[in-house]
Amino acid sequence: MRRLILIAVPYLWLVALFLIPFLIVLKISLSDVALARPPYFPQLDLAEGWAGIKAFLSELDFENFVFLSTDDLYWKAYLSSLQIAVVSTLLTLLVAYPIAYAMARAADEWRPTLLMLVILPFWTSFLIRVYSWMGILSTEGVLNRFLMWTGIISEPLILLNTKIAVYIGIVYTYLPFMILPIYSALEKLDESLLEAAEDLGCSRLQAFWLITFPLSRNGIVAGCFLVFIPAIGEFVIPSLLGGSGTLMIGKVLWEEFFSNRDWPVASAVAIILLLILIIPIILFQRNEQKAREAGR
Amino acid sequence: MASAPRSSGIKHASTAFAPWEDPDAKPLIQFKNVTKKFGDFTAIDDLTIDIYQREFFALLGPSGCGKTTLMRMLAGFENPTRGQILLGGQDIVAVPPNKRPVNMMFQSYALFPHLSVWDNIAFGLRRDKLDQDKIEERVAEMLRLTRLEQFAKRKPHQISGGQRQRVALARSLAKAPKLLLLDEPLGALDKKLRNETQFELMDIQEKTGTTFVIVTHDQEEAMTVASRVAVMDHGKMIQVDTPAGIYEAPNSVYVADFIGDVNIVEGNATVQGDRVHISFAEGADPIITAFDQPISDGQRVSYAIRPEKISVDREPLADRANHVRGKIEDIGYLGDVSTYHVRLPSGGLISALMTNSRRLARRDFTWDDEVWLSWTDTAGVLLTK
Ligand SMILES: Nc1ncnc2c1ncn2[C@@H]1O[C@H](COP(=O)(O)OP(=O)(O)O)[C@@H](O)[C@H]1O
Ligand SMILES: [Mg+2]
Repeated sequence: MRRLILIAVPYLWLVALFLIPFLIVLKISLSDVALARPPYFPQLDLAEGWAGIKAFLSELDFENFVFLSTDDLYWKAYLSSLQIAVVSTLLTLLVAYPIAYAMARAADEWRPTLLMLVILPFWTSFLIRVYSWMGILSTEGVLNRFLMWTGIISEPLILLNTKIAVYIGIVYTYLPFMILPIYSALEKLDESLLEAAEDLGCSRLQAFWLITFPLSRNGIVAGCFLVFIPAIGEFVIPSLLGGSGTLMIGKVLWEEFFSNRDWPVASAVAIILLLILIIPIILFQRNEQKAREAGR
Repeated sequence: MASAPRSSGIKHASTAFAPWEDPDAKPLIQFKNVTKKFGDFTAIDDLTIDIYQREFFALLGPSGCGKTTLMRMLAGFENPTRGQILLGGQDIVAVPPNKRPVNMMFQSYALFPHLSVWDNIAFGLRRDKLDQDKIEERVAEMLRLTRLEQFAKRKPHQISGGQRQRVALARSLAKAPKLLLLDEPLGALDKKLRNETQFELMDIQEKTGTTFVIVTHDQEEAMTVASRVAVMDHGKMIQVDTPAGIYEAPNSVYVADFIGDVNIVEGNATVQGDRVHISFAEGADPIITAFDQPISDGQRVSYAIRPEKISVDREPLADRANHVRGKIEDIGYLGDVSTYHVRLPSGGLISALMTNSRRLARRDFTWDDEVWLSWTDTAGVLLTK
């Protein structure tokens, strides 16, 4: 009985906070937009009993999904989000790996401090941190003034309101999510494995590619998913740093919800986004399970 | 001692393999005044030793005495703080590990967890860019040697501790290096497999002429396989000699005590012609022994004698120079032999080892029997350190 309760807790959690909201969103996505509050139709009227439920279900259709496929704005937004998420995930990996590697190689007494430093940005509001990037990247921003002062450039670079700013924002924001799993994989790596590889004729570089890299693979995969999955639906960063030229599905979603007040279409957009993400999420869980099995 | 396969060891003895006695022999490895410090801590202390080709050089010593450090300097993972290490006459201090004709079997095995047993063994061969056929042939040979054929496809975490140790051994042997460093290579194997593997190691060495430096905790293993044994303590080699030399002629109480069982008696020396008399207790006859180092009268000395050199009888044996009377306090029955712990009137305890040539029921002595211990004047060694 106690076992049952223990098992039930996470499931209840999932049902309450994932499944029910999902069903509500799914339901809205199948409804029609209406000038009402909330702005969709039909609404479930339980007061009418069985007939109410029947009427409610008969009115649902896929019209919003059909609409999404006819307007190429949505497809472009999905593709652009995908592309931005992929590129920034790879960039994050490139930045995070050397940091994680250096942390794992640092003296034991330094590691807690370094870990602390990686997590430290979370102590400030995410919004404020992204906001301050506007100050850094704008034409009159800190970065441009610094570069002009050193004489590297004579004209200010246009960074803000470009994809580059979005990449910078995503890499900066999600860096800890990439560093931590890679660090935890590298930290477990036994130094004597590298010595054994060298002993058997590897150069340092070969030993890295043949031993260190494959053994940190699970960390890399975990980190990539942890960055990719939230990055694809990212809304704040493209809004603040990407300007009007950067199309991302998160922004589209926001506009549908709040500017157009078209909840059904917005819900359809969210459902499709979820479907796109289910594949990487399943892959991520497979990777975690494999890592757990290998760790035993 | 159990009957380990010793045929190869006997061959060694009959061909009198002793390059360290030959002044013209060129050593393969030379340590010249090597000191290794970790911070303030001296792990290897001004060590000078020559190791010759085809030797099976065993390092023996308590944990923390610097055995692994010595190996790591040979493999290239540590550089000496002072001194020179020569391999075949060349200073190798500056040569990185991957350029040394040396392979090491790690105490922790250091198997690559993401590679199968087969790939672990093939790892070093692949680095040499050998043909695939050659690699396959060699790996198969190593798998056969270490009886791992069925496990070739398994990952290290899917096999037992003893099997992992064999994989580590196979991996280090695969490249047939000039010098093979084995850090406690057989500790996790059961006795039978260990004996067989020791035999295989000696066989490999005979075939390939590889030089082995082996760390072991098992003195029987050192005695079985080694051409020479070095007993280490605190970063120094206290004695380097053949197994028989270490056993029969230890140069210090430390070495005598470290290898095998021994009785140590302390006393004052008096020189009488070519013998020394050691008075060790009030009212007891002195111990008479031969000696081979300068002794002055009244000097405090230790006398070491192995249990099997002492005979236990009802009466003193007339042909032996030393006799002591005592009472049997304890008997350890080991099947082929029994150890008698005999309490002397002076309070000291002496152990003596006797072969059980008769059945247990007809044994001569039992607890609390008064007996005589007898031994010759050349059976023990006089030690001043
Ligand atoms: N990298 C190191 N840093 C500091 N001390 C070390 C290091 N490696 C070994 N030591 C010390 O040197 C001594 C000898 O170690 P080791 O050679 O491993 O001994 P063992 O004879 O047990 O193999 C030990 O006291 C150990 O603590
Ligand atoms: Mg050791």
